[in-house]
Amino acid sequence: MVSGPGASLSEESTHDVADPAEGGVNSTTGKAIEGRSLRQIAWRRFKRDRVATAGGAFVGFLVLVAIFATPIVSLIGHPIDAFNNDLIDPTLGLPLGSFGGISGEHWLGVEPTSGRDVFSRIIFGAQTSIFVAFLAALVSTILGAILGLAAGFMGGWVDAVVSRIMDFLLAFPQLLFSIALVSVLPDSFFGLDGRLSRMAVLIGVIGFFGWPYIGRIVRGQVLSLREREFIEASRSLGARTGRILFRELLPNLAAPILVYTTLIIPTNIITEASLSFLGVGIEAPNPSWGGMLYDAKSYYQSDPTYMIIPGVCIFITVLAFNLFGDGLRDALDPKAH
Amino acid sequence: MFAYVVRRLFNVVITLLVVTMVTFGVFFLVPKLTGSDPALLYVGKTADAAALDGIRTKLGLDDPIYVQYGKFLQGLVVGRDYDAGPDTTHCAAPCFGYSFKTDQEVWPYLIDRLPVTLSLALGAAILWVIGGVGAGVISALRKGRAADRIVMTTALAGVSLPIYFTGLVSAAIFCYWLGWLPPPGYVDFAVNPLEWATNLLLPWITLAFLFAATYARLTRANMLETLSEDYIRTARAKGLRERDVVGKHGLRSGLTPLITVFGLDLGSLLGGAILTETTFNLRGLGEATLTSIRQNDLPIILGVTLFAAFFIVIANLVVDLLYAAVDPRVRLS
Repeated sequence: MVSGPGASLSEESTHDVADPAEGGVNSTTGKAIEGRSLRQIAWRRFKRDRVATAGGAFVGFLVLVAIFATPIVSLIGHPIDAFNNDLIDPTLGLPLGSFGGISGEHWLGVEPTSGRDVFSRIIFGAQTSIFVAFLAALVSTILGAILGLAAGFMGGWVDAVVSRIMDFLLAFPQLLFSIALVSVLPDSFFGLDGRLSRMAVLIGVIGFFGWPYIGRIVRGQVLSLREREFIEASRSLGARTGRILFRELLPNLAAPILVYTTLIIPTNIITEASLSFLGVGIEAPNPSWGGMLYDAKSYYQSDPTYMIIPGVCIFITVLAFNLFGDGLRDALDPKAH
Repeated sequence: MFAYVVRRLFNVVITLLVVTMVTFGVFFLVPKLTGSDPALLYVGKTADAAALDGIRTKLGLDDPIYVQYGKFLQGLVVGRDYDAGPDTTHCAAPCFGYSFKTDQEVWPYLIDRLPVTLSLALGAAILWVIGGVGAGVISALRKGRAADRIVMTTALAGVSLPIYFTGLVSAAIFCYWLGWLPPPGYVDFAVNPLEWATNLLLPWITLAFLFAATYARLTRANMLETLSEDYIRTARAKGLRERDVVGKHGLRSGLTPLITVFGLDLGSLLGGAILTETTFNLRGLGEATLTSIRQNDLPIILGVTLFAAFFIVIANLVVDLLYAAVDPRVRLS
């Protein structure tokens, strides 16, 4: 599912990102004609794309929900692990009332059998999803940027080795190995409790399998950028390799890195949900969207609401990230489309 | 050409060796690190010390890792004998050993599950190639118009929906509420071809929808790129009918890149469609993978991993050969 433009992303969208401190050209131009930095142009383009802005707004909202999950849930007053046996039909084990027990008190109904509040669990599930997806994307980006830079800039055997590894990982049955790794790694370590250590493992595993996507794009960009005059100029001025890599090349890669980081987040959300669905992600008493869907599998005939809610949450979240990422790509590089 | 194929087959063997080594290493070291004992898995928790020792000797679990790996390879190629004094079991090649958990021989167990995954993957593949590529071509030809927008919106929704959700929802609708389809399951083709098809129809459609979404997007992008090439303009300029321009010149080079993607997708699906099989309770290779990993059942894990890797590398090889056949610019050497 590698989509899109890869190679052509950056050329002109670059130099302004390179020196954000200079604030573009406006300082020197007159008042009548106002110069716009490339960043401003991209921002204007993005703002005009209503679908992408809506996606972006929803992403922002989700991030807030994820950060403030604990206060939100305590404000609502239904802890994620509070059983409500009075809301469950004792013979069938299903929620009383229609649509999975949706009521003014329990906005998204209650879980079959246990009667735990679905809304609270969805909020905490969002926290898990968003944190895992973002941090895994961060891991992928850091690894991908460093290794991609190294491969593209140094060439030779470094490039050969890194490229080989990337090809290997991209052609690998990732889900299979994620399952294997996640299930063999210990349940708790570094004094983290079950949920946090599970999240750490997921972040590590998902992040690790994601870096080749970023790495390949960074490498491709560096291969063409390193032949450009400004690199030659800075080298003839006596810049050391470190400076060329991180002060000259890296800022020019900001646009593609930003776009592709945004676009691997939805993939990460699906992967986290899939692993939790398969029972090797976030473990049982802790809420996750994938885990809820697995539970819902046994009730898809008798209590469909319980299945639809986490599914729709995953769908809307992933869709919002995809729309936001596509819009970002179009804004930063209109040629790509 | 012949030399190329021989070299590639050699590469296939090397890749498979590396895969077994990695898997073997990971899953043999892990019990040591976490302090669980494969012999204990094998005989059950109530076994006495003598029985445990017997199993260890018989399976060679006390040997150093390279000896165990060597014996595993030997079993694969020529078969091996499990020897414990008077009690000897012969396991014919290809021998993956015996499940730690159920004592079943691994190879027949996997062969037993292969038809399920094979039926699932091939049926879905036919649907998604027709649906996805067709939708993508229509979308490209009607760029910017209603048809294009409908296809692209559906495709975006498709890539944003996890299969276990679409699967459950469609099972609830079509099998339960409307009652149009029997609940998903596997009936052997030889037993009843009609039931084989109707039982698998829902899994096929759900799996195909997911892939078709990706393929529609890819096809559209490739076709648009191809249709803007100079030779297409030339073909139009020399007065070819639009049907020939698109059908003869456009499709061929527009769809060639999809071969690679298709090969990889099909290859990895044949190794087990873990999510689909779990969603629909199909007992194929994917389900075997998941169960074996959960139970730390090394012989089966090794078997399914090797199966999966085998399908992927073979798919890669076939893709490269096909590519050369379809695209005259590609020379194999």
